Amino acid sequence: MCTTCGCGVDTDTVRVDGKLAPVRVDTEAVTVLEGLLADNDAQAARNRAHFDQHDVLAVNLMSSPGAGKTALLEATIQALGDELRIAVIEGDLETENDAARIRRHGVPAIQVTTGNACHLDADMVHEALHRLRLSDVDLLFVENVGNLVCPASFDLGQHRNVTLLSVPEGDDKPAKYPVIFRAADLVLLTKQDLAPVMPEFSGERAADAVRSLASTAPVHGVSVKTGDGLADWCAWLRAEYRAQQVRRRDGSTVRPRVQPDGARLHAAAGGARS
Amino acid sequence: MHELSVCYGLLSQVERVAREHAATGVTRILLQVGPLSGVEPRLLRRAWPVAAAGSVAASAILEIEAADIRVHCSRCDAESAATANRLLCSACGDYRTRVISGDELILKTLELETARVPRNTDAGQEHRRIHGAL
Repeated sequence: MCTTCGCGVDTDTVRVDGKLAPVRVDTEAVTVLEGLLADNDAQAARNRAHFDQHDVLAVNLMSSPGAGKTALLEATIQALGDELRIAVIEGDLETENDAARIRRHGVPAIQVTTGNACHLDADMVHEALHRLRLSDVDLLFVENVGNLVCPASFDLGQHRNVTLLSVPEGDDKPAKYPVIFRAADLVLLTKQDLAPVMPEFSGERAADAVRSLASTAPVHGVSVKTGDGLADWCAWLRAEYRAQQVRRRDGSTVRPRVQPDGARLHAAAGGARS
Repeated sequence: MHELSVCYGLLSQVERVAREHAATGVTRILLQVGPLSGVEPRLLRRAWPVAAAGSVAASAILEIEAADIRVHCSRCDAESAATANRLLCSACGDYRTRVISGDELILKTLELETARVPRNTDAGQEHRRIHGAL
């Protein structure tokens, strides 16, 4: 077919006199050197620009199911709700349960049900943003699908990643699931109230396992039941929100900790091409 | 099990490059996938035919180049091999290292089939007469 206008003239096989000409097929090697998730990354960059325009700090929460992401958000809303306007995008395979829990605290929550998808991607977050008034938001949490594997691979446009590890899960999870813990800007050891009955869990060993991933991310313990550690978590959020305001004045932005590696690799790959 | 999503991302890139080059088919796809990318090459290979079915790349051979994990130490400047859950400097043991290889998730090269408009045939000349030079 003609590639100029799609008129159906196959210039390789049909001659002016109507007879068939020999087919010539060439193979051509094309160097691409793009990240495999370039389309997702482009949408994530648009989401991030959208957050920046509205002076929103976007934080992505990742953990296994049941590590206490929603409970942490409920406690965070109670602690910071008067100071910062909070909104939440909830990712789950099914149900509106988590969004309903958040809405009870008077905070807008958009539930994204992913069906069978094991992670949120930038498009899903983009669609959720259509249902949220970002001009009324200072701090947006994205509560990712409970999963210690897949969410780490998809940039959503967030500024920071927080990975939760609950005491009952065991202190070796960062060694077992290195990719998602390496992506964290902050690691929260949740359900500290269970530590007395689970002496096999050592916060120190968990922190060592995070350090072994060459991570400089702070590791904080927290319990929403007792309130222990909530002050540190809120202080981290306040500092990040202030840093986001400074970046907005400078016209700059920030990606989660692990992302610059990818950007650098692309640059290196581009350099190798020339 | 997000490899299928990754395959759909790859497919849309492959289709875009194929379109840009007016390719009629894709014969070979070369990826580089590091252990720290969070993507499993074996699962990627298995998911690819599902994503590529019926596309311009349906019969393409998918080749995946592994990448070793290497880190650079910002304390002692040494470069060393590392493993996914132990990215410490093997020379001085410090954790302030930077991954310099092993987190790649890159589409490196594509081999495309292109049907060229013959320059020296009547058909080529007729085509150019109708549409102008390509």
